[in-house]
Parts: sequence; structure tokens; C-alpha cells
Amino acid sequence: MQIDLIHFTPWASLAGGALIGLSAGLLILLGARIAGIAGIIGGLVQGAADRQWRYLFVLGILLSPLVWQLFAPLPALQMVSNPLGLVIAGLLVGIGTRYANGCTSGHGICGLSRFSVRSLAAVLSFMSAGFATVFVIKHVL
Amino acid sequence: MRLNLLGLLTGLLFGLGLLLAGMANPAKVQGFLDLAGLWDPSLALVMAGGIGVALPFFLLAKRSPTARLTGEPMQLPSSSVIDKRLLLGSAAFGVGWGIGGICPGPALVLVGSGILDGVLFVAAMLAGMALFSWLERR
Repeated sequence: MQIDLIHFTPWASLAGGALIGLSAGLLILLGARIAGIAGIIGGLVQGAADRQWRYLFVLGILLSPLVWQLFAPLPALQMVSNPLGLVIAGLLVGIGTRYANGCTSGHGICGLSRFSVRSLAAVLSFMSAGFATVFVIKHVL
Repeated sequence: MRLNLLGLLTGLLFGLGLLLAGMANPAKVQGFLDLAGLWDPSLALVMAGGIGVALPFFLLAKRSPTARLTGEPMQLPSSSVIDKRLLLGSAAFGVGWGIGGICPGPALVLVGSGILDGVLFVAAMLAGMALFSWLERR
């Protein structure tokens, strides 16, 4: 294994992670809601009773690049897939996270923060699938 | 009202965190998932930072009968079931995550950044979620 030292951003990633953790922490302690993005959006798709705060949470994320640009130019956001790949990826992410009841945030950040073994199983499953998929894309195909 | 404001603020904070962390950049996410190539370990630190900060909040929440701002009863997820739905659903998510380098939060950041490919991804993701809801209702 070779580490990509050029792209490695330990401090920014740790600090960004801390902001994500703070967001999830405030939402659970102050609002008794889980900051799981797939769950929040899925609730809107399914017509959950508490839709208002979900819309506002989504609005907050949508506005974040605009707020960011008040202080700094946006970082590089580079796509790795063609449109067909993006559609397949989006479908898999949408249906998969709903069956699993969570994604990187719901199971990864929130689930692991409360020592959920169920979330750990989900994280191990999506991480291994992610590693395997990128291996096939980059080194087999 | 209070919950709505909390939702807006935590959503904003979440998005800024994703941008700072590099998680909103699909190329960086794929760089993390590419163990056999030049590996970028940054995303492991996003998880570490996120869990490190969220953990004390969840410990407090577990001991709190109500939500501190809204007064609603505190409800933490209680399921501990590890079944096919969880494991295969997560695996499908992981395959999609590997192909696109995008998970649900960053997908919204891409849309907010005005990137059309991000809109396409989110449209497909919403279709996938709607398909799930439809299959569940049948």
C-alpha cells in the first residue's frame, strides 16, 4: 500500500469531521433527531409526519456552498463517473441506504458514536463493498 | 419552530464540514476507497473527528429524558437487528458509493454548488428511494 501524501489533508479532514460531529451532536441532544442524511431525505420521499425540519436541514446543506463562498473559493469538486455511471450509482445509493436504514452519516457517525453493533455491521458492509467496487473499476476493468 | 431553526443550522454546519473535510469531492472519496492504488487516508480522519465530537453528545442524549431545545421525548434508534436488509442494502450503497464517489450528504453539497452532474445523481438517488417506498407499500 502506498499513501497519497500529495492529496492527504489530515488537519482539514479532522476539522471537517469535527464540524459534522458537532452538527450530529447538536441535532440529537437539542432536537432528538438523527443526522442521517439518507434517513432525512428518505423521510421526505416517504411523506413522514415531521417534514418541515427535514426540508430545512436539506436547505442548510444546499446553502452551505454559498455560505462557504462568502469566505473562500469552493474547493475542487471533481466527478469520477460519466452520466450513466452517476445514474446507476445514485439508484444504488438511494435504494441501498433505505433498505439499510442509514448511510455514512446515520450509521457511520451517529451509529458508531452510540456504540451500535448494527451500525458497525452496516459500516463494514458498505466500506468493503466500496473498496471492492473501486478495486474493480480502477484495477480490473 | 425551534426544531426548524435547529434543522437549518445543523444542516448548514454539516455541509460546511463536508466541504472542509474534502468529502464533497468525489475524486477524493474514490482516492480513499482505492486501497490498491495511491491511497488517500483523509476520510478515516473525517470519521475519527466526527465520532470524537459526536460521542459525548450521544452519551448526554442517552441520559436525557427529553430533547434540550424542543422538549420532545428523547428517542434513540433501538433496533439491533443485523439481517439481510441491513447487510445487502449497505452493500448496494457501497457499490454505488464506489462508482460515483458520492454519498447522500455530499450529493446535496454538489447540487448546492450548482454542479449538474450532482443534480443527476440526486435525481437518481431520489428515484431509488421512491422505488424503495413503493416496494415497501406493495
